[in-house]
Amino acid sequence: MAEVRAEMVANVWKVVVQEGAQVDDGDTLVILESMKMEIPVIAENSGTVVQLKVAEGDVVQEGDLIAVIE
Amino acid sequence: MFESVLVANRGEIARRVIRTARGVGLKAIAVYSEADADLPYVQEADESVLIGPAKPAESYLHVDSIIEAARRTNARAVHPGYGFLAENAAFAERVMAEGLVWVGPSAQAIAAMGDKINARNLMAAAGVPVAAGTPEPVPDADAAVREAARIGYPVMVKAAGGGGGIGMSVARDEPELRKAYDTARTRAERFFGNPDILLERFVERARHVEVQILGLADGTVIALGERDCSVQRRHQKIVEETPSPGVGADLRARMLAAAVRAGEAVGYRGAGTVECLVDPAAQDFVFLEMNTRLQVEHPITELVTGVDLVEQQLLIAAGEPISFAPAAPRGHAIEFRVYAEDPRRFLPSPGEIKVWEEPTGEGVRVDAGYTAGNKVTPFYDPLLAKLCVYGSDRPDALRRAAGAIAAFQVDGLKTNLPFFAELLENAEFAQGTYDTGLVDGRMRAS
Repeated sequence: MAEVRAEMVANVWKVVVQEGAQVDDGDTLVILESMKMEIPVIAENSGTVVQLKVAEGDVVQEGDLIAVIE
Repeated sequence: MFESVLVANRGEIARRVIRTARGVGLKAIAVYSEADADLPYVQEADESVLIGPAKPAESYLHVDSIIEAARRTNARAVHPGYGFLAENAAFAERVMAEGLVWVGPSAQAIAAMGDKINARNLMAAAGVPVAAGTPEPVPDADAAVREAARIGYPVMVKAAGGGGGIGMSVARDEPELRKAYDTARTRAERFFGNPDILLERFVERARHVEVQILGLADGTVIALGERDCSVQRRHQKIVEETPSPGVGADLRARMLAAAVRAGEAVGYRGAGTVECLVDPAAQDFVFLEMNTRLQVEHPITELVTGVDLVEQQLLIAAGEPISFAPAAPRGHAIEFRVYAEDPRRFLPSPGEIKVWEEPTGEGVRVDAGYTAGNKVTPFYDPLLAKLCVYGSDRPDALRRAAGAIAAFQVDGLKTNLPFFAELLENAEFAQGTYDTGLVDGRMRAS
């Protein structure tokens, strides 16, 4: 199981995957936006997205859980 | 002169405009979002109006709220700063329709230069050199591939309505071009509401050099020297200097003359900037785009000319003559854009400023938008302050820069100040031989 967390305070611009989706290492899960820059959040291992904790328009703080991949 | 001016912006540029406005005896009115209530510019204005929530679309880009703030405070003029609505022709028109003075060029000049395809064609017609490129919007990736075959790789893919480096990328072959086209298209629609894409021949090892112009109230256009903006990350400027170490006297004279022609071609009034790409080896240049507003990096021109550009903007908007006699610039000035971002990967680093101590001393100027205790939010661009240094020559300015960068203390969030210390040690930067590939291509090659 791998937790994917936010690296910085940001707005969630786009949610690319849904819960239950199969992802590969390197796939984009969500795209954050902070200070006029898009920051893709990438899966660092392959598996199933068992939890997706954010929705488009949410504000995430540094360290907030974004997704869990199993 | 009108008696009051509303500054339709935030942060360091709002503060900078307010300083000059109050200095020449105007009442300065600030507008702010809920996220910015504690920033210095809100406190320093004579009057401040809350215009909406943090999101730019609901505050600094919300035309009705800004016009309403102007009405409520009985403002007589509007200064747009840079970014947000500064190059929005419809906003300029609206301000004038409300009977207010617009501190900027005509809506027609903004519109003519706001579309990069139109601007290219206009400049070519006015005898200003342009790079090989597309004279019309490129409708799809297949058309881009055909055009690139004609222009020759590498090509730069750009949003016609774009700015700030967003959506721009270089393509060296067909697969890269197809990818770059799609990215540019998505960004163009999202950020600029204009899906048009253009291609231009990408000049390798080019310098990005721009000319400051002023269109005077009597219709004449003058040039106030150049600024070299070749130190960029992600196609965005982070350090600028004047004069450019890559521009000789002959090239400078040709660029300044072309910039004046560019301004005359659109009946330009106020402060504007003609951006060019320079091939330093050939001592040749092509037109890139024109920015119809005050530029972020205007302070370095002020340092070498002694001219307050905001004061001239206000005078020109009021229909009055400028307050100085044009003379050759003296000395050397450098600006460092201090961003809330990590100095390694340049990723945003919002947070609360715990310590903020600006460097001081002879030849040091800091235009800051924040101070200790302020929160830097993710809603706006990461510029915290502009650290500018002046010296009698480039080595003198570089010495002052090293001292000022070391003395600038910021804590609570990451800044790119350590990167600037590293840049000063870089041989290409120290010698002045750098080009736009320095940071992303060589210092941070992935």
